[in-house]
Amino acid sequence: MQTQKRHLLGLDGMSGSQIQEFLDVAKHFREVLDRPIKRLPTLQGKTVVNLFYEPSTRTRISFELAEKRMSADIVNFSASTSSVKKGETLIDTVKNIEAMKIDMVVVRHSSPGAAHILSRVLDANIINAGDGGHEHPTQALLDMFTISQNFSSLKDLTVAIVGDIAHSRVAMSNIYGLKSMGARVLLCGPATLIPREIDKLGVEVYHNIDEVIPQVDVLNILRIQLERQSSGLFPSLREYHNYFGITRERLRRADRPILIMHPGPMNRGLEIASDVADSEHSVILEQVTNGVALRMAVLYLLAGGQSEIH
Amino acid sequence: MKFTKKISQHKERFEKLPDKFLLKGGRIVDPAQGVDKETDLLIVDGTIEKIGSVDTANFDGEVQDIKGKLITPGWMDMHVHLREPGREDEETLETGSLSAANGGFTAVCCMPNTRPAIDSQEMIRYVSDRGEKFPVDIRPIAAVTKEREGKELSEMLELWEAGAVAFSDDGRVVASPEIMRRALEYSKMVGLPVIGYAADPVLVNGGQMNEGYVSTCLGLKGIPSVAEDMMVARDIMLAEYTGGHYHVAHITTARSVDLVRQAKSRGVRVTAEATPHHFTLTDEDVRSFDTNTKIAPPLRTEADRQAIIEGLADGTIDVITSDHSPHAWEEKAAEYIYAPFGIIGLETMMGLSFNQLYHKKILTLEQLIEKFAVNPFRVLGLTPPSVKTGELANLTLFDPTEEWTLKEKNILSRSKNTPFIGETFTGKPFAVINHKQRFISRL
Repeated sequence: MQTQKRHLLGLDGMSGSQIQEFLDVAKHFREVLDRPIKRLPTLQGKTVVNLFYEPSTRTRISFELAEKRMSADIVNFSASTSSVKKGETLIDTVKNIEAMKIDMVVVRHSSPGAAHILSRVLDANIINAGDGGHEHPTQALLDMFTISQNFSSLKDLTVAIVGDIAHSRVAMSNIYGLKSMGARVLLCGPATLIPREIDKLGVEVYHNIDEVIPQVDVLNILRIQLERQSSGLFPSLREYHNYFGITRERLRRADRPILIMHPGPMNRGLEIASDVADSEHSVILEQVTNGVALRMAVLYLLAGGQSEIH
Repeated sequence: MKFTKKISQHKERFEKLPDKFLLKGGRIVDPAQGVDKETDLLIVDGTIEKIGSVDTANFDGEVQDIKGKLITPGWMDMHVHLREPGREDEETLETGSLSAANGGFTAVCCMPNTRPAIDSQEMIRYVSDRGEKFPVDIRPIAAVTKEREGKELSEMLELWEAGAVAFSDDGRVVASPEIMRRALEYSKMVGLPVIGYAADPVLVNGGQMNEGYVSTCLGLKGIPSVAEDMMVARDIMLAEYTGGHYHVAHITTARSVDLVRQAKSRGVRVTAEATPHHFTLTDEDVRSFDTNTKIAPPLRTEADRQAIIEGLADGTIDVITSDHSPHAWEEKAAEYIYAPFGIIGLETMMGLSFNQLYHKKILTLEQLIEKFAVNPFRVLGLTPPSVKTGELANLTLFDPTEEWTLKEKNILSRSKNTPFIGETFTGKPFAVINHKQRFISRL
């Protein structure tokens, strides 16, 4: 089977079998990362542009490493100010770069839909590396890949996403992806950080974390942006930690081990206690390693690679 | 090299009406008079000379056979943005007139959010004088507050004297209930409405689209419907308290429509308008990330859309307006969160209304024409044009069966920001006549 997709814009509308294809190919590249020589010639001669309109360290480095492991030529474009402030539209900026003959664009932007707009005007393959509060498909794919390493199947697993759902592209992509894979998805956070009508996506909304923990196989704990508190969405960091923070004491109430995930960067002592982050059930660093493998798989499949790798 | 002054930058022109002009066999629909009959209409020197059978055997003027087509009083769009002065790259009074005539209008009311704002007698006269050159009547709406800052009332009496037909800070909310109260009281002296843009700015708080399921899916910051509801409720209460006339600009939520309905039943002086895009599209259309779906107030839910249609059907909503908002291409080509709000609408207003309201049997022909040709004038306390012998021929000619598709090249507005390019309509305003001139639609 060959993926027909030219772009990876989001997981909304992506079928379970398409997602499984990404995970299967990622498994192969994950093994490559444990070899002494980690470089493959697969994307030799291809040029990938990393277009980051928003500051990002780990996603950018993860993509860059994935591209290097695949022998692609790389151009990095980090715009500290938006295209609007420079007086050039995003479309013009990217068309200019495309005119220099490039093959793939990895784009991070604060506006939802930025990757979609580019996919309509460019011939290059577009990979969405996060568009505002909309989607972050490679993060969700690497999260699901990490879960799949620890369980026989994603189907019928119960996964809780905890924290600021309302501003989280990671949450949205995880919801779309996990639902397509047949998982049960619970959301937990303060009412002001749960967006309206999200239950229509087939998720269950909770506010009491202690009701959630006994039900779940996986906890995906989101970063709390400190500015959410100052903009009045919850009263204090202290209260957040006391009611929503994941602590060892809370986890003891579960009758089975729970896989602990966090897309980073973590606020230790706020959304996650240090001993939980460093516990034997935490796969937070494994997520980071898997991120490189998963992104290699995305580059490979979008460049026209076959899912049967010999 | 020297510059030469341009007289007009446009090849599209209004043309002089023939001295004797006979419209043969049209159906005259004039809801204000309760007229609906098929007959001939003779215009001599720009005035309606005769309504009734005219023998063409010895007729020496121009004859146009319009059997099966409608003659209605000239339509008014009482909510447009013509951008002059300040943003002539987006629209001018001239291109706005052409756009209006192309869409079947012989009158428009332009909102005062120009640069400078229309908040002085001089600015009213500037618009009126410039507008005199075109056969589309351009009626200026003056700002409620000086420079639309929401702080001090504009000189409403002088503005009225100079020709303002209403007051509005449109694009901004009169945030202070005290200022709104005084505006409703003061404007009562001249009988003009205060047109309120209803969106509590604190609740809007940088929102990009309607808040709900779709904004959640798209990760775009939402504009809650309650931001409109609260403001409509506040201003209805202020109108009730003061006895002033409050007109709700582009109503979009089910709750607001209901508030207006209840207020009207209590006898509050409140009127309301709705736009074709709000009764045609919903927030689901934002999924395309097309910046031509970014509109203020935002496209709402299907339930809201249905409530607007009900409000139009039962008369809660008096008027249809376009909220014609021209924007430069490059501004709309920006990322969704950076693009400005608004779309053009003069040239699609009847096409969309006829598709959504007449063909779907929500409104009768007469009721629809009323919302275009009668009610806008009544809301503003003006006399609507009348298809009557001895009157100035101020007419819109409409073919209710012609099928047409909106093409960008046929849009006469200087801006082309509309999501409806490629849309097909049945029913076309094919010409307008006013002030001894006519314009044949290029649509």
